Amino acid sequence: MKIHIKNGRLIDPASGTDTQQDLFIGAGKILALGAAPAGFNANRTIDAAGLTVCPGLVDLAVRLREPGFEYMATLESEMGAAIAGGVTSLACPPDTDPPLDEPGLVEMLKFRAKNLNQARVYPVGALTVGLKGEQLTEMGELIDAGCVAFSHADAPLTNTQLLLRALQYAATFDFAVWLRPQDAWLARSGVAHDGQVATRLGLPAIPVCAETVALETILLLVRETGARVHLCRLSSAQGVEMVRNARQLGCNISCDVAVHHAHLSEMDIGYFDPNCRLTPPLRSLRDRDALRAALADGTVAALCSDHAPVDDDAKQLPFDEAEAGATAVELLLPLALKWSEESQLPLAQGLARITCNPAHILGIDAGRIVAGGSADLCIFDPQRYWKVGPTTLNSQGKNTPLTGFEVKGKVCYTLIDGQIVYESK
Amino acid sequence: MIALPDAEQLLTALIAQMRPQVSATVGLVGILTGGAWIAERLHRALNLATAPAALDVSFYRDDFAAEGLKHEIQPSRIPFEIDGRDLILVDDVLYTGRTIRAALNELFDYGRPKSIRLAALIDRGGRELPIAAQFLGAALEVPASYNVDLEQTDGRLRFVLRNKKQ
Amino acid sequence: MFLNQNPQLNKNGELHHLLSIDGLPAAILQQILDTAQSFVGVTEREIKKVPLLRGKAIFNLFFEPSTRTRTTFEIAAKRLSADVINLAVNLSSHAKGESILDTVANLAAMQADMFVVRHASSGAPHLIARHVNPAIHVVNAGDGRHAHPTQALLDVFTIRHYKKDFTNLRIAIVGDILHSRVARSQIHALTTLGVPEIRVIAPRTLLPALVETLGVHVYHDMTKGLKNVDVVMMLRLQNERMQGAFLPSAQEYFKFYGLTADKLALAKPNAIVLHPGPMNRGVEIDSDVADGGQSVILPQVTFGIAIRMAVMGILAGN
Repeated sequence: MKIHIKNGRLIDPASGTDTQQDLFIGAGKILALGAAPAGFNANRTIDAAGLTVCPGLVDLAVRLREPGFEYMATLESEMGAAIAGGVTSLACPPDTDPPLDEPGLVEMLKFRAKNLNQARVYPVGALTVGLKGEQLTEMGELIDAGCVAFSHADAPLTNTQLLLRALQYAATFDFAVWLRPQDAWLARSGVAHDGQVATRLGLPAIPVCAETVALETILLLVRETGARVHLCRLSSAQGVEMVRNARQLGCNISCDVAVHHAHLSEMDIGYFDPNCRLTPPLRSLRDRDALRAALADGTVAALCSDHAPVDDDAKQLPFDEAEAGATAVELLLPLALKWSEESQLPLAQGLARITCNPAHILGIDAGRIVAGGSADLCIFDPQRYWKVGPTTLNSQGKNTPLTGFEVKGKVCYTLIDGQIVYESK
Repeated sequence: MIALPDAEQLLTALIAQMRPQVSATVGLVGILTGGAWIAERLHRALNLATAPAALDVSFYRDDFAAEGLKHEIQPSRIPFEIDGRDLILVDDVLYTGRTIRAALNELFDYGRPKSIRLAALIDRGGRELPIAAQFLGAALEVPASYNVDLEQTDGRLRFVLRNKKQ
Repeated sequence: MFLNQNPQLNKNGELHHLLSIDGLPAAILQQILDTAQSFVGVTEREIKKVPLLRGKAIFNLFFEPSTRTRTTFEIAAKRLSADVINLAVNLSSHAKGESILDTVANLAAMQADMFVVRHASSGAPHLIARHVNPAIHVVNAGDGRHAHPTQALLDVFTIRHYKKDFTNLRIAIVGDILHSRVARSQIHALTTLGVPEIRVIAPRTLLPALVETLGVHVYHDMTKGLKNVDVVMMLRLQNERMQGAFLPSAQEYFKFYGLTADKLALAKPNAIVLHPGPMNRGVEIDSDVADGGQSVILPQVTFGIAIRMAVMGILAGN
């Protein structure tokens, strides 16, 4: 199908392009920018006046809840939510049931996802069998099956010797390892940041050192092994400071922050709002501000949604019993835009955090608009407000602290391989 | 509007009524707060042996569902045995009779009195229960939209008229 | 994010639920204390009942077992002539039974007027209050580490009884502040009522982060912390603390933080000693002190009934 996208503001963060420019799409590819190719006859013309056209968003953490957690959400509903959020490539963590520790499971997931013909799914394989932290998975086989990296999701990995061996093994083949810096013992039974809110509300707490102790271990082992590591979901000022210092000393380690953490803090827990029960916990305002600054200066290269749809029964519980996580894939764009605007960054730089940067971390050819490249696009209205709520969210998970809030930035069209897979009403 | 009587004069009249009919062992029970002030004055004037009691009827009122517990609850103080004693309930304004009903119920939770009579400074009519005062200062016609309240300043009692809507 | 409307107060600023002391204006605390004063008189006479809550149904929802607290609430409710139904909900931390909200929904259908809730998780009464029929009042009888408002109210009532004026008192709270809902509620009550100096005395393992932000001075040395205090509030030490590596042993705890006669002697000569009970004699408090002249532990219990009558009476009328 030939598509002409006209009058839009074209932003390609990778090249720094930010200009009024038309796009011409055909056979799943971007045929040309600016002027129509010879003999181009559009089957469909999209008038993107007042809209922004950017690469399809790349989200490093979207839980699709299959296999195993279908009562929370299904592949269909969450992939639908992803494209409603403008996400065209997503990585899903291995914490399914069973975990993605066998090639068969990975192949099945990729097969199911491909048949839905929506976002491209890049499974992140389990680092250890069953995510039990005891035995390495067959990483080579899993890569062949389609995994792009290995992680331990939120499961504890207390055996440091095993961690060292896992990194050494992965480094042998230059496999990427994604790690959450959280010391299982220091974080044990904690549900909120160890600060004045947890003290006042009497919530079991997770101190910042749960992140920094684990982070230091990881940084030293990375130096030791040369493994390619990506740090998932930093939450503290001290944490980003450690990463900044390590990078300045030449350590090539990347990291991301979840969108809710770029805006919220422990203060938002209010009267025990279980929607604020997140992993890692929402920390202090100082921590939040440090995360925002680190996103701005490039220490944190990517924002991800950390999408975790949770059914109402599992959320409407006392804070420490509630399932952690927030539905977020449809909030990735508006919350990234909000952070970018508030940090007074040029839009292209802000969008880099959810397009070319995460694509680079994933090691995939995505997140860019280039002639000859796949036509994965997100066309959005940067000025349109919409109210976050059960009727406006496509995900089966309605669990976000931002319910009832108006956010700015609405996806109008999402294209994958030159097909319009999502169109807002 | 209406001419309010002089509370001090009514008190004097009440004392005169009660003196021949009241024995030294009688227990005065003043309903807080107006009735309690009057009971104090009666106690001194009638030279009674036992100190007067002050009764807060908040826990026995029949309008709890609509009004809740008022802020200004005071503890009841009953410095004598109720069992077998002749009591005189003292209130400032006798109106619907519901406050007296509450006071009667409450007194019976303290014990079994020998008898209970009622002394009031003013009867403004409007009774909703079969209750009457044995000792009365004066009857007074008060329009339904007004309340008559007793106040005490520097030991002197006086009546004030208040619009119910305020 | 629950936009910060105080869930305990109704539109008129009156008490609708009692969930925590935190967030209650001083006027409401005073109202409860003053009303309780009247109920003390009731508990001292032959017929200890008033008809105030006749016809009302009060459900005791104790998700965490407790005989003492449940009994005092039951006595208080019965003295208000209310009907009391006790539900000991058996929820072990591993059993996945009916959810709290399902339990509560079933009960609300039985014409409850009030739920008295005790739960092991902080915030459980808030959750219930958010989901229950708005006409039902919720009283927090202790939730996790968060709050135990009626205990704190009876404690300050006791202090008021013996010391009269809050504004010139120095008060020490000793023990496991970290895990204590009683301590948190006590601190809020004392600060709201204008106590100028509140001290917490505990080892570092038993103090929550940034505890000073609650408005207290921190002491680790009991001999310093008790100097010249007017009121000593002891907290119970739970056996689990030894397992969790918070403390090495009960003996060592007693050595540093147990209230003995000679430690009490550092306080003012007329200082009073409170304890929420049940006491671990020889762990946090010496028998001499617990049974001695400065202990007001038994009066606390009587006052506890009057306070709970006041709370339920005020709530039911709003």
